[in-house]
Amino acid sequence: MDQPPMEMYVAGMIALVFGAAFWPLLARRRADLAGWFSAAVPAGMFFWLLGQVPEAGQGVFASWSADWVPAMGVGIDFLLDGPGLLLSLLVTGIGALILIYGGCYLKGSPQAAPFFCFIHLFMLAMLGVACSDHFIVFFVFWELTSVASYLLIGLGHAQIEARKAALRALVVTGAGGLALLAGLILLGEASGTYRFSELQAQGGAIVEHAKFLPILVLVLLGTFTKSAQFPFHFWLPGAMAAPTPVSAYLHSATMVKAGVFLLAKLYPVFGQTEEWRTTLMIFGSLTMLLGSLLALAQTDLKRLLAYSTMSALGTLVLLLGLGTTLAVEAAMVFLVVHALYKAALFMAAGVVDKATGTRDITRLSGLGAPLPLLAVAAVLAAFSMSGLPPFIGFIGKELLYEAQVSASSYAMLITFAGFAASAVNVAVAFKVGVAPFRRRGEVPKINPKARQLSLLAGPMLLALAGTLAGLFPDLLGRNLLAAAVSDVVGEPVEVKLKLWHGFNMVLALSMVTVAVGWALYAKRERIRPLIVILLERFPARANEIFDAGLQRVLARSEKVTLAIQHGNLRGYIVMMLLSLAALLFVAVFSGGGLGEMEAGPLRMVPVGVGILIMAAAVAAVRSNGRLSAMLAFGVVGFGVAMLYALFGAPDLALTQVLVEALTLGLFAFVLRRMPLIRNHSSKRRRRVDFAVAAAAGAAVTLAMLAALGTKQPPPVSDEMVRMSVPDAYGRNIVNVILVDFRAMDTLGEICVLAIAALGVAGLLLGFGTHNRQADVAVATPIYRAAVSWIVPLLIFISVVILLRGHNEPGGGFIGGLLGAAGLVLWRLTRGESVRRPTWWSPLLIGGGLAAAVLSMVPSLLARAPFMQGQWFGEVWLPLAGKVKFGSTFIFDVGVFLVVVGVTQLVLARVLQSSEIDVSKSLGRRS
Amino acid sequence: MEIFLSLVTGFLFACGAYMLLRRSFTRLLIGILFLSQAANLAILTLAGLGDGTSGIVPYGETTLEAGHPDPLPQALVLTAIVIGFGVFAFALILLKRAYHKLNTDDLDALESTDR
Repeated sequence: MDQPPMEMYVAGMIALVFGAAFWPLLARRRADLAGWFSAAVPAGMFFWLLGQVPEAGQGVFASWSADWVPAMGVGIDFLLDGPGLLLSLLVTGIGALILIYGGCYLKGSPQAAPFFCFIHLFMLAMLGVACSDHFIVFFVFWELTSVASYLLIGLGHAQIEARKAALRALVVTGAGGLALLAGLILLGEASGTYRFSELQAQGGAIVEHAKFLPILVLVLLGTFTKSAQFPFHFWLPGAMAAPTPVSAYLHSATMVKAGVFLLAKLYPVFGQTEEWRTTLMIFGSLTMLLGSLLALAQTDLKRLLAYSTMSALGTLVLLLGLGTTLAVEAAMVFLVVHALYKAALFMAAGVVDKATGTRDITRLSGLGAPLPLLAVAAVLAAFSMSGLPPFIGFIGKELLYEAQVSASSYAMLITFAGFAASAVNVAVAFKVGVAPFRRRGEVPKINPKARQLSLLAGPMLLALAGTLAGLFPDLLGRNLLAAAVSDVVGEPVEVKLKLWHGFNMVLALSMVTVAVGWALYAKRERIRPLIVILLERFPARANEIFDAGLQRVLARSEKVTLAIQHGNLRGYIVMMLLSLAALLFVAVFSGGGLGEMEAGPLRMVPVGVGILIMAAAVAAVRSNGRLSAMLAFGVVGFGVAMLYALFGAPDLALTQVLVEALTLGLFAFVLRRMPLIRNHSSKRRRRVDFAVAAAAGAAVTLAMLAALGTKQPPPVSDEMVRMSVPDAYGRNIVNVILVDFRAMDTLGEICVLAIAALGVAGLLLGFGTHNRQADVAVATPIYRAAVSWIVPLLIFISVVILLRGHNEPGGGFIGGLLGAAGLVLWRLTRGESVRRPTWWSPLLIGGGLAAAVLSMVPSLLARAPFMQGQWFGEVWLPLAGKVKFGSTFIFDVGVFLVVVGVTQLVLARVLQSSEIDVSKSLGRRS
Repeated sequence: MEIFLSLVTGFLFACGAYMLLRRSFTRLLIGILFLSQAANLAILTLAGLGDGTSGIVPYGETTLEAGHPDPLPQALVLTAIVIGFGVFAFALILLKRAYHKLNTDDLDALESTDR
């Protein structure tokens, strides 16, 4: 099938993203202008969507797709099927009106700018929900609607009620979202497809799957929370804390319909199962009746509308649970009908609020004279809501009754429940749309600002649309609703909407409904107190139960957190060591214990060194003196360096020796300003720690022995050894690995070094830079004289080591460390001024990183694997002889520079801070 | 030989762990050093110690003879040593800073700053 493109749609979504960033800027000063201008995008999309309707009526849908995570088969696949088109039309059409209305409504309020940002994000999210074909993409947009709704409800976050309501809505819809995600993934795994279109094509096959029930429960949890079904309904009235434009848009016309929309999408899959039908009928009816009952008790315009929305959502869910084509048709019609009149009435309620400063229906009267246009719009919408002819609401209600009367089971019960809800609906419609405009008592003072066109355009256009749709129902029915219904039931359906069905039982029911509704309205002063008393008999309210539960969860999690995150560092370390030991013991013994170990013969010299290391380690542990501890760990470090040398790792030995020297130097400088080592811990504590440490050490040895006992595959490095000389022109394989084979890793490592140096510099930043008392103790004349020729020599050797590193022990790391050591000696001879961090250390680090990055370029230009060495020819280097010159050499120079720079920066900072300590302590003494 | 070095490594690790659990800043630092050295030794030992020849191809040859140590772990350990130095410098200065700010070298006295 040839599908028309929907680039316009995607472009509109992108424009909304930019709108979210741009319109708040204008809204801060002129929210009304921002409203009119920003409405252009959704309005344009609305008309484009209208243009798609005729083709959709033929079953041809626009689509668009792009890769997102191709490796996992997740694509941004948009498909505007019937229900999607319907929802998109509502979102863009009502959205444009809401932008105009909201801009005027919030003009001059600090909420205007964030409103424009969030409402655009919300619109984007809703359009994504409407057209996403892939589960995961759909879910992402679904969650974005929850987040946007949270932000919008919380616009008045100075008030605690708004914050509470926003959080409640987020927790309920967010929890439902999690359930939905789990359900969609299960569904995807079970059905073998993650696309709604393919899933719908499979029909009800999935019902036979073993996981059918969990899937159904999880998906229904997601939809019920979103569409405020009992028992998750309580967040919806709370959401009325949002400004009225938000309530009109999110919490009546669009977002709460997302749940119903998903139910409709899944109807072809689950719609004919007993479980689906029973669940939807029960919860739909309960929600419908409870919403009606609660609505009767309200006096606030917005809360009245909120509870009647809840009732309407219940009706929609009930209809989708009836399982007949007629019911689906009724649901789709009612969805549109409800969106039209509810948004209009909400906006009208907002204008009334603006005009009089109150939303209490008992105090409102006689607004018809000062606000005639609004009165007309409100009355038209109210008539549509009551189901009076010739409005579209009448057609909706006729269909509703037809579907309920012809329900396959419990028809009587359902019809009666539907009748009750509809009657209450009539009463609510009159209370909201008619009562405030009739003169009964005192007419409140009117704020003239409420007469602006921007505020009246929305309700008037929507009311007019409701009337026109009622007079010419075929416009709506033939293509748009036909496409939606056909997609939901999975076969072509012709939707013929008519005003006049002839005299039959349904018409009689309609007439009785209006009569009873009118009676409920007329006697509202008497009925409301009765309902209030009835409701007070309920032991608890849903939102109170929820809040108490939330409190308990928070208190409990605080306890758990404090028990685990107690703040005692050593406690954490003990936990880690014990877990490590336990895991290693378990791993070794569950793996069958130690195997046959392959081990070389004992050699005397390394054994001696090993014993020396252990002895020195014990000495370091037992030592209380700073100097002796330092010496002891120095012995350990040099001992390890000797082991490296003895086992064929000259590069490691050199590195370890240099690092050990620098470490000792650093330690010495810092340590002299630290207190003596003291035994803080009690004897018992030390015994416990000893046991923990011994267990960890034993576990490490055991794990190593176990590793030695396992058969190992030939190492990956065999290939490197083979290629090193012929392909990478280097005889020192360790160096070749660092700068060529695994250069990317090395690049990461020098970045880590640079970051560590920045961290050190940052930590000492607050220490100040000025100091007068230079510590010149080491700068004796003999030392100076010696250093004056040792330092140039060291730096010279360091460069030699760098140059020859590719073929002999050495390279950037070792050369850099040696050069740094030379510079440290030089620094010590100078006065305080030179001990400040020099401007060139950061420059060295930056230059080194730049060189490393630069060395990538040849491999990119040659389209070789990233950072593979590229060769430019042979050059003669001093003291290294003729060598192949290539990008790896540039990289090694970069490493060299970074190491020198980092060491200099760190050491300079340490020296500098030591001096400040001197001046500090001197100051204290004097 | 590898078995003996495993014992040395485990011993060094235990000493490091014990030092890590002391309250004195200075001992904590020595503990960090010991731990990183133990880790490096472990990698080298487990990679196979070879017969004592080094991983440098003699001039005139194009590859190493059998029995050479594995060069890849050596490269890993080399960077680990240098990074260990960076971490050590960071920890050293952090603890020094803490000592001067809070005037204590007792790790347990730091708990108050978390709350």
